[in-house]
Amino acid sequence: MQQGTDRVKRGMAEMQKGGVIMDVMNAEQAKIAEAAGATAVMALERVPSDIRAAGGVARMADPTIIEEVMKVVSIPVMAKARIGHYVEAKVLESLGVDYLDESEVLTPADEVYHIDKHEFTVPFVCGAKDLGEALRRIGEGAAMIRTKGEPGTGNIVEAVRHMRLINSQIRKVQNMSKDELYAEAKNLGVPYELLRDVHEHGKLPVVNFAAGGVATPADAALMMHLGADGVFVGSGIFKSDSPEKFARAIVEATTHFTDYKLIAEVSKNLGAPMKGIEISKLTAAERMSDRGW
Amino acid sequence: MNIGVLALQGAVAEHMRSIELAGGTGIAVKKTEQLADIDGLIIPGGESTTIGKLMRKYEFIEAIRHFSSKGKPIYGSCAGLIVLAERISGGEEPHLGLMDITVARNAFGRQRESFETALRLKGLDEEIQAVFIRAPLIEAAGPEVEILASYDGQIVAARQGHLLVSSFHPELTEDISFHRFFLDMVIEAATSNIQ
Repeated sequence: MQQGTDRVKRGMAEMQKGGVIMDVMNAEQAKIAEAAGATAVMALERVPSDIRAAGGVARMADPTIIEEVMKVVSIPVMAKARIGHYVEAKVLESLGVDYLDESEVLTPADEVYHIDKHEFTVPFVCGAKDLGEALRRIGEGAAMIRTKGEPGTGNIVEAVRHMRLINSQIRKVQNMSKDELYAEAKNLGVPYELLRDVHEHGKLPVVNFAAGGVATPADAALMMHLGADGVFVGSGIFKSDSPEKFARAIVEATTHFTDYKLIAEVSKNLGAPMKGIEISKLTAAERMSDRGW
Repeated sequence: MNIGVLALQGAVAEHMRSIELAGGTGIAVKKTEQLADIDGLIIPGGESTTIGKLMRKYEFIEAIRHFSSKGKPIYGSCAGLIVLAERISGGEEPHLGLMDITVARNAFGRQRESFETALRLKGLDEEIQAVFIRAPLIEAAGPEVEILASYDGQIVAARQGHLLVSSFHPELTEDISFHRFFLDMVIEAATSNIQ
């Protein structure tokens, strides 16, 4: 009997496919998310848009919040640790969190090194904006990838950019000859074995979700159309006018992302989505997607 | 044989791949009308609360019960097992309620307790590698239920006539013997229907 194998960690993410993972800040929101059909919840002290508004250093959530959420839902509970913050990750693992997000939404603890995720039993998801980042994180042991997007903006443009870039880079790698692969591994700064895997299978070796800017059912469906395996929704649900309706609508639009009539139906009378931010209005320091490498 | 994989949420692609390698034709089922075109159905792993909710929403509960009433085989892995059970421990409302079993959800604990192990199954010559992810187990089974595998004294795979369930995920390995076993059930059912 073996625990924490790649197969067990990556398999857990496979079970999330076609699903919506929702940010929640307390037990009550977690119950709403579960009732709406979320496949997992991300327990946080503040959603990304509040982190932006508050400024200062964003850290791992208070364990009380995470434990409260774990108590009230039967679906998996995820939580975020700062990039490179080994101890936050170990603390969250000790709480029994089902999946860790080494996340650029929080203020990085280390500007050079990400966590060595192989030595954990709990699986990790990490953000990526291109194939190089994705494969470096997988090389460090990430069992799931998500686009970085631009969290807390309600603006889908960065998530689209990252998903399109990763997919076009995968297509390029697929068409390379073996000798080109060695050079490309050097160019991208990634392990050759992982690049060869992408070359052979035409996809990342782990599940790839969309995240960072999903605000509406149509946004979620767009990301599925672009090849995402599923969707993370952060501020989009509990910063909207009617969280329950938004949550249910985003779940349905993700399942039936090619059924446009259905998406139209679930999009009716939802009320106002979260207020968005135009990306060009963000200063370089405000851009979370530039955190990590 | 056309084998549908219920594609509301979960590990659909993996089951499609395994069933194709076993010699069947995989069809992702998103609408109830598609049930008319398939000989057997797989309900994949995923989150049972999500899958159950979407099944109700899109009227799959009655449609799959009708499918089952014609003796067409159904295989549920992990969440699929929960969805097929008549009773869910802890008082949660059952979904399809087709199989005479009582299941406990997340019976082995949280994700860090998830594991893989070699497992012997009745009806298969070789051991298979069984991957358990926040897996359920069968706490009790009625007299019609044949136990196919146990782990640590607990039932983790079973069959009741045309219904097959496993706590674990054969679709996450390269081994297709469990899918071949299901495909044989489908072929057998299709043949006896013709006669």
